[in-house]
Amino acid sequence: MFDTALTLSDLMFLIQGAGMTLAVTFFAVTGGTLLGLVFGVIRAHVSVWVALPLIFVLDVFRSVPLLIQLVLANAFQAIAGLNMPPFATSSIVLALYTSAYCTEIVRGAIDAVPTVTRRAARSLGLTWGQDMTYVVFPIALRVALPSWIGLTLGVMKDSALVLWLGLIELLRAGQILVTRLQEPMFILIVVGAIYFLMSFPIARLGGRLEKRFREND
Amino acid sequence: MIEVREVHKSFGALAVLKGVNLNVEKGEVVSVIGSSGSGKSTLLTCINGLEQINSGSILVDGVEVHARTTDLNKLRRKIGIVFQQFNAFPHLTALENVMLAPRKVLGMTKAEAEAIAVTQLSHVGLADKLSIYPGKLSGGQQQRMAIARALAMSPAYMLFDEVTSALDPQLVGEVLDTLKLLANDGTTMICVTHEMSFARDVSDRVAFFHQGVLAEIAPPDQFFNAPQHPRTKEFLSNVR
Repeated sequence: MFDTALTLSDLMFLIQGAGMTLAVTFFAVTGGTLLGLVFGVIRAHVSVWVALPLIFVLDVFRSVPLLIQLVLANAFQAIAGLNMPPFATSSIVLALYTSAYCTEIVRGAIDAVPTVTRRAARSLGLTWGQDMTYVVFPIALRVALPSWIGLTLGVMKDSALVLWLGLIELLRAGQILVTRLQEPMFILIVVGAIYFLMSFPIARLGGRLEKRFREND
Repeated sequence: MIEVREVHKSFGALAVLKGVNLNVEKGEVVSVIGSSGSGKSTLLTCINGLEQINSGSILVDGVEVHARTTDLNKLRRKIGIVFQQFNAFPHLTALENVMLAPRKVLGMTKAEAEAIAVTQLSHVGLADKLSIYPGKLSGGQQQRMAIARALAMSPAYMLFDEVTSALDPQLVGEVLDTLKLLANDGTTMICVTHEMSFARDVSDRVAFFHQGVLAEIAPPDQFFNAPQHPRTKEFLSNVR
């Protein structure tokens, strides 16, 4: 029947790679979301002209292929003598890349909160900060969540590109095994399955939250 | 007392208020009528500082609304406003909608805020809807909830901006009844409205807004039976 040279320790090697993928994704999504929140709030509240420099920089991060960003960032940090480990470089680049998309999600979600709702909040005496905290963010969260889940899943898969800086994440671990064992089909199926197992809970969590929001609203 | 003095307000090239003067005494109910786009709603949003004005001044209990030194968040506690469009906080239940400002702005405890919210929601006939989310309330119920939410701050003044305009005809009555209830309680109110019978029955004075100015203001008897201004006469003959 089915026969493979993949051993348990090879599988552990893949799972270690998956751990690296999760770690890079975690820092990228956390950092990117925090930055995206700040940039998105700025974008939603100042005129296009004031935000122009920010829009330009974020457009660069969205337009230039991630692979080029990673390689160039790694080269520049070396030239600048920063001696950053590849993991830090990768996390920072991915976080900026994530923040560029997250900014648009946040801006769109804040814009989706009706003006009259915000006016009602302010007319009750709530400060701008209280309006944002108790009214705008909770409403915007419902709007932003599906896109944000999509972004997170996308970043998890895009994070495979950090293998170019020498990080052994899930895809790179798979490649190494393919080279050694010469079983590309089977190993890629296993790697794909691990990606799926990591993505599925996030997608389901999003689905459940959305359902809960819908029941209320 | 609300004093509106020679207020001018434009949106770009469009002059909306062109020298409005109006005094509203404590306990008084003033209805403001006039055709759409005459600036009625803008006047209300200027009174609580949601809109800037170009010149003139608005004083609420002697405090100039648009002065730089005025703490608008503090001033707005005593000016409640209900808008034409539904403006419930959709992620909060009716009870939580009403509790939010007393808790966060007035710093009440949860129990205090809840007691007030229950009282106010009962007052507007929503005692059985406390845990319902706005999405499941009818338009009339949402407007009454918005009224309760404003009242929970114990405002000295209430501004109503065409609160029945977005409602189905059969729901208008329940909201107008709530407004009448408030008027009878002695609440100081400025009601921008298209409901002539409401203006006639409830107001102490009725004001007619025409092209950015108050063309005429008079007690309802005089206003409806012996209007002075030609535009008032024309408007009234059209709505009758």
